[in-house]
Amino acid sequence: MASRLRQPRTAGTYGRRLLVVAYLFLLVIWPVALVVQKTFEGGLDNLQTALSDPVVTDALQLTVVVALWAVAINTVFGVGISLLLVRYDFPGRGVLSALIDLPLSVSPVVVGLALLLAYGGTNGTFGPALQDVGLQVAFATPGIVMATAFVSLPLVIREIVPVLHEIGTEQEQAATSLGAGPWQTFWRITLPSIKWALVYGVVLSLARALGEFGAVKIVSGNVAQQTQTATLVVEQKYQDFEQGSAYATSFLLALIAVAALVVVTILRPKDDTDGD
Amino acid sequence: MTVDSSSLAPGTARRRRARGTGAPLTRSSGIGLGIALTWFSLLVLIPLCLVVIQSVDGGWTTFRETLTNPQTAAALRLTVTQALIVTVINVVMGTLIAWVLVRDEFWGKRLLEVVIDIPFALPTIVAGLVLLSLYGPDSPLGVNVANTERSVFLALLFVTLPFVVRTVQPVLMELDRDVEEAAASLGASRFTTLRRIILPSLAPAITAGAALSFARGISEYGSLVLLSGNLPLKTEVASVRILTYIENGNEAAAASVATILLLVALAAIVLLQVVSKWVARRG
Repeated sequence: MASRLRQPRTAGTYGRRLLVVAYLFLLVIWPVALVVQKTFEGGLDNLQTALSDPVVTDALQLTVVVALWAVAINTVFGVGISLLLVRYDFPGRGVLSALIDLPLSVSPVVVGLALLLAYGGTNGTFGPALQDVGLQVAFATPGIVMATAFVSLPLVIREIVPVLHEIGTEQEQAATSLGAGPWQTFWRITLPSIKWALVYGVVLSLARALGEFGAVKIVSGNVAQQTQTATLVVEQKYQDFEQGSAYATSFLLALIAVAALVVVTILRPKDDTDGD
Repeated sequence: MTVDSSSLAPGTARRRRARGTGAPLTRSSGIGLGIALTWFSLLVLIPLCLVVIQSVDGGWTTFRETLTNPQTAAALRLTVTQALIVTVINVVMGTLIAWVLVRDEFWGKRLLEVVIDIPFALPTIVAGLVLLSLYGPDSPLGVNVANTERSVFLALLFVTLPFVVRTVQPVLMELDRDVEEAAASLGASRFTTLRRIILPSLAPAITAGAALSFARGISEYGSLVLLSGNLPLKTEVASVRILTYIENGNEAAAASVATILLLVALAAIVLLQVVSKWVARRG
């Protein structure tokens, strides 16, 4: 099966190419194209109906607010923990580095359950105490932000860590020896070197945050116009036979996610990132 | 381009390099570590521990009762079987796709690179809707898998598409083709080259991709909501069982199923690592 470099193309080359294209066409390209087609079936009617429905617009607004919060938290936490993991020695570093990936293997439903057990208003471990000081987590925006931050937590870290390893510490040490403080070194040397990995991690997190469904469904309580996010609206509209609105909302969500990915793919310089 | 190995593979290269030189903690970095660990514990570790604790809280009876419930047992069986089948297909198709993307050159290849990432970027509920449009009741192909076991298979196949491709691709890019040519010039057949040279080098990456794909498969929820109909004993998966238990206020049973899912994922990762080592050594 090895088609070696600069070898004439054999029937196998074309066969494999055809198989791959057909597989991706049937699994991804055609289905996605159909959703776009269904969204615009009656011209812009579906989009207009969806965008004039307060249930949809409120949900989109909540989704954007939650996603921005979650991504901001993950970015600050991600950069901090990546620097600590790569640049410092402390007991338990290996364990922490392994645990960071945990959220990627946990079912969104389990994430929701876990957060409910910890922060549920009546019988969660911390919930009642937090409620006493006036902070409701579960079935409110903070809970939705936490669920979203949970599921997208490793994405920024996974992008930055290999690049930090790659760039080494020489420039940072040079900056320090020339009298730069830690902040100055970070802003002038470290941040510019990890810029593209960071942007890519942020975009992946954003895509994931906008699209989270299972964890949010459990933690939010799914109350229309209050704690219902855009993905929850898609489910509700579809089940209420308002399929036009469901397709339109799906289209908007998919558009943001895919557009962000494509833009970063085009922007990102190639040699800068293949860190490992 | 796009989701590279580092974003999907549970760091192979990264972990290897993680040991080594590092400065001891300074005062400010120590405080930073403290804050980061507190947040990580509050968000991830403590809640997940509570799930495990909850599942064994009432002794083993809740655990055993939950598992012997026929509906739950059927859901777990369906989830694990379908995730296994999908993982096997991903190992074959994912490696093939990575191969074509790296070694072949044709018009539209860049587009395929973006297509691979779509299942990762698309919200899961939208993924379900997307599949429903081609394989649902109004299918232009006349294939309707909605509310059958095949819908679970299809949804898992869709959402796990990028994992093997994105872990194998970078390794394949760096693979030294001189070795393959040397093997061929020494009389190795294409099959021998594949088995003795290429597969052993790809084994760790394929394994990492397969583990991610399996873990994602058994935990999938969103894409199945609209597609599978969640029929008890037929198309209901483990995540849906957990949700039903939560909605009925039976958190202990929900936690039991969740713990089993965590254990299955862990077992799969360990098993795959063993297989990967074996393949790499044999080659």
